[in-house]
Amino acid sequence: MSKIREPLDRRIIFLLVFIGVALPIMIKVGLPIETTENVEMVYDLVESTPAGSPVLISFDYDPSTKPEIHPQAIAVIKHALKKKQKIICMALWPMGVKMCEQIFNTLEEEGIKPVYGTDWVNMGYKSGGAISLKAIGADFRKVFTQDTNGTLVDDIPALHGVRSLQDFKYVMSFSAGVPGIKEWVQVGHDMYNVPVSGGVTAVSAPSILPYVNEQQQLTGLLGGMKGAAEYEFMIGVPGTATQGMDAQSFAHLIIIILIIIGNINYFYNKKILALEEAQK
Amino acid sequence: MISFFETLGVWLGALMTFAIFSFLYKDNPFYKVAEQIFVGLSAGYWFVYTIYNIVLPNLIIPLKTDFSANFLLIVPGILGIFMLMRIIPQTEWLSRFPMALMIGSSAGLGMLTYTKSDIIKQLTATMMNPFDGGDWIVILGQTLLILGTITGVIYFFFSARHKGFIGVLSRIGIYFLMVSFGGAFGYTAMARISLLIGRLQFLLGDWLGLIHP
Repeated sequence: MSKIREPLDRRIIFLLVFIGVALPIMIKVGLPIETTENVEMVYDLVESTPAGSPVLISFDYDPSTKPEIHPQAIAVIKHALKKKQKIICMALWPMGVKMCEQIFNTLEEEGIKPVYGTDWVNMGYKSGGAISLKAIGADFRKVFTQDTNGTLVDDIPALHGVRSLQDFKYVMSFSAGVPGIKEWVQVGHDMYNVPVSGGVTAVSAPSILPYVNEQQQLTGLLGGMKGAAEYEFMIGVPGTATQGMDAQSFAHLIIIILIIIGNINYFYNKKILALEEAQK
Repeated sequence: MISFFETLGVWLGALMTFAIFSFLYKDNPFYKVAEQIFVGLSAGYWFVYTIYNIVLPNLIIPLKTDFSANFLLIVPGILGIFMLMRIIPQTEWLSRFPMALMIGSSAGLGMLTYTKSDIIKQLTATMMNPFDGGDWIVILGQTLLILGTITGVIYFFFSARHKGFIGVLSRIGIYFLMVSFGGAFGYTAMARISLLIGRLQFLLGDWLGLIHP
């Protein structure tokens, strides 16, 4: 009879990961959260922007990536509102409009009540990706003639003095793919020299991180739930990302242990196979 | 006060989550039902959403409120109708005009933006003095960045045989690529776990009320 070890039933792996995620969510462990340079750069950008400055926040994601990106957007918006910046929301993804609305509804439930039209405004969705961004860069008011409520741009106090993209102190893109943060870098920063920053899903972070470079194509980046948790830690307002970080760490520990066990099994089976071959 | 429909929505969300999760055990009728409901609902929801959040605010309302300032929107409006003509075989040819416009403008802008952002700016960011940092960690990082970029590009240089000195550099390039694949895998694992955390926060918080943010 062969001594080869059979692979572990994948359902046991699912169960282990499920328990590893569920328990730390229910029983708070409170593992420390360390901040990284990329997140600090985003924080510094928002922190150093003067009060009353118009800032553009682009919602380029939908509910499928909400657990990762929504906490990032909430944390950055809370920070920008605390600094009394005027938040102009727009979306390159159709569902982004609702994501923005949902965040301000949540803030209202928490007691943070910015005045619509003066402190923030939702300009809605624009199709066309980079082509639309190029048009926004040239003349914001030609692309967005009114907000989602139908109010004309001239009647929106938050937009006073805003003519083109260069009138915004920074652009923050919360992006789950294309069009998203990459297009903002290409057009917003590289064509119009506006500081661009934002947050992405952990899956897309490796492809976007090269833009955080000497040329400052991106001013920092929030990567996945970890980025959101770091930002929540920096502004001192723990949210759903902080709540999820214990679970994230435990799940990673389980994955690391399973990878080590899998590798030990691989080398063990290789040795057994070689011995069985030699015996034949 | 939570309304009846909110509670119903949370319960439906929880049941659908369990139905989808049941696939992890094995394929079953609950998963199939949830999958079909999702496909049908998505199609219907997107249709209504497109009308109310894309067509109306971007085309109809601007034309109705200020026609003289927005009359040019009629052009993309007509091109959009041309696009829908694909449904009828006799008028399918009309969809070529908006397609040609989209492909042409995207390709033209893409050439400009990618050359500037992904070639020139990225190359410029790599052209640095690696020892100009002070901190040894920064110096090490900058050195690895330059070494990784050069050896990585050499690995994809196919006009010379990967032997001798070129072979060594190409081999180093592979190691850099492997490290980047490992990093990408780590990030992917993190992303998937984050989605599971999101679902469990919904189940344990919104549904069961066991946790509070």
